[in-house]
Amino acid sequence: MAIDYFYPEYEVARNNDRCITCRVCERQCANNVHSYVEQLNKMTSNDANCVNCQRCVSLCPTKALKIVKSDNTFKLNNNWNQKTMKEVFLQAENSGVLLSSMGNPEPYPIYFDKILLNASQVTNPSIDPLREPMETRMFLGSTVHKIERDKKGNLINNLTPHLKLALPIMFSAMSYGSISYNAHESLARAAEELGTYYNTGEGGLHEDFYKYSKNTIVQVASGRFGVHKDYLNTAAAIEIKMGQGAKPGIGGHLPGTKIVGDVSRTRMAPEGCDAISPAPHHDIYSIEDLRQLVFSLKEATDYKKPIIVKIAAVHNVAAIASGIARSGADIIAIDGFRGGTGAAPTRIRDNVGIPIELALASVDARLRNEGIRDNVSLVVGGSIRSSSDVFKAIALGADSVYIGTAALLALGCHLCRSCHGGKCNWGIATQVPELVKRLNPNIGYKRLVNLLEAWNHEIMEMMGGMGINSIESLRGNRLMLRGVGLNEKELEILGIKHAGE
Amino acid sequence: MKRVYVNEKWCLGCHLCEYNCAFANSDETDMARALKDIKIHPNIQVEENNGIYFAVSCRHCDEPLCVKGCITGALTINDGVITIDKNKCIGCYTCILSCPFGAVAPSEEGVVQKCELCMKTHDGIPKCVQGCPNAAIVFEER
Repeated sequence: MAIDYFYPEYEVARNNDRCITCRVCERQCANNVHSYVEQLNKMTSNDANCVNCQRCVSLCPTKALKIVKSDNTFKLNNNWNQKTMKEVFLQAENSGVLLSSMGNPEPYPIYFDKILLNASQVTNPSIDPLREPMETRMFLGSTVHKIERDKKGNLINNLTPHLKLALPIMFSAMSYGSISYNAHESLARAAEELGTYYNTGEGGLHEDFYKYSKNTIVQVASGRFGVHKDYLNTAAAIEIKMGQGAKPGIGGHLPGTKIVGDVSRTRMAPEGCDAISPAPHHDIYSIEDLRQLVFSLKEATDYKKPIIVKIAAVHNVAAIASGIARSGADIIAIDGFRGGTGAAPTRIRDNVGIPIELALASVDARLRNEGIRDNVSLVVGGSIRSSSDVFKAIALGADSVYIGTAALLALGCHLCRSCHGGKCNWGIATQVPELVKRLNPNIGYKRLVNLLEAWNHEIMEMMGGMGINSIESLRGNRLMLRGVGLNEKELEILGIKHAGE
Repeated sequence: MKRVYVNEKWCLGCHLCEYNCAFANSDETDMARALKDIKIHPNIQVEENNGIYFAVSCRHCDEPLCVKGCITGALTINDGVITIDKNKCIGCYTCILSCPFGAVAPSEEGVVQKCELCMKTHDGIPKCVQGCPNAAIVFEER
């Protein structure tokens, strides 16, 4: 193209007084931004290639680097903003569907930030979690309603299979293929140490990770990649993926360039061939069909594994969840519209789905009104960013949460949102061996453990402040929540009062 | 005794260890001031070939050939750490010829220099280990 419409979005700002030309930035950039000019004994940069992943900034030993937003400005226009114009230029150039990675970055309301928590004062004592026992253990699965006894009057164990979580946070589905072997190992080892679960996503389970199977949730998605008898039977639970918050209604597409070696074997897909997961499950067109798959999987695993059904939060999520709760599933996972992805069409990611806070509140209310809330546990994901988000989600009615993006951040991700390029400088969303090795799982798993232990501690502090000593007493306890700056309708859907009420 | 070991599986070839070493052996408190516009002569060096990287520094051998060959007694073993007394070294380079790892090198002053596990300059963990971004260089008992 003769005319270049794109001025670099980010610029490398190098402080030449501090730069010692050690060339770490050059060696660590998979996008070839930095280079060394021998004649000048200086580093130079090609800003156009920069994705602002911050790898060079983090590794520069003299802190001589920073990345700044370019201030090159098109004539200001509130309707046709710069991003919109650039997207038009891009599509005019290559006529492609715009692709994006990670979660929806657009300025939609974040309801978690408009909800405040309660605390005890005077009339009800708060609890100090450092001095008194505090319980954050959670069980996921279907609750049994009837006590059954044999002829002698002894209790019959009719408990359904459950997942036992030491803390109400699990790692959400990220496939081996979309993320690297080392990222998977970090998640698996962290889940084992923390007493929680990680999720294979639709990529199969690498043979090396069967040893973590007690802490593994395996996924069965529309492409059925990597699904076989051992895969199902080794897992702690099986998740049927109907949808994903980042791209509701859309299937998956792992480019052939990422289907190499072990990824191909683990997925049971030919090397170099794009792995396409269809938008729908071609055998599921109704709740009755879903029920068939739920029971096929239960049958295949001898009724020993809880079955999770994961859906994206969409407009009539409550009615859909009501159907799923009657389908024999033990756990419903709902993924909000800010959930991450390794690649999604930009328009879908940025415009489809609803906020998880509203979806969760309406599903929980609907299931309770119909008297079927105990049929299932609720797990929510889609941008749980901190322990207070976890806390608010549980108070809104969730049994536990899934974190994906937060976990990747712990591993080094800086949300440059270029996963679909496959050249992740942090060794996470890539299959290039020299990039993958940048994530040492010995460091990665420890960082994940640190993060979740810190969150768990914060959750205990917040519970203690309210005088609650068990996470189960918090679940669905919406009286502990108050809205700020929300309208009547929003408060009604969230089922909470406004601050001051 | 704790020694510096390198695991090439995690070495990224970023060469940060070299700069951390050079900084640790300078008298400056700021890395930019210490290393700006100079050619560094670190005691640890990254060897690379065909995408395999490996940082090499003194192994602090139990029976070091360099110490055996030193004609002036400049190289000695102190609590397992092989140290160089630059006042005694006459720059005959016998140690350089005898070290099988290439871990002893001439310094700018003419005498030899080598890794002393940051014992003289810093306490505790050598700077190459502290600064390694991927825990490829470790300081441990083996």
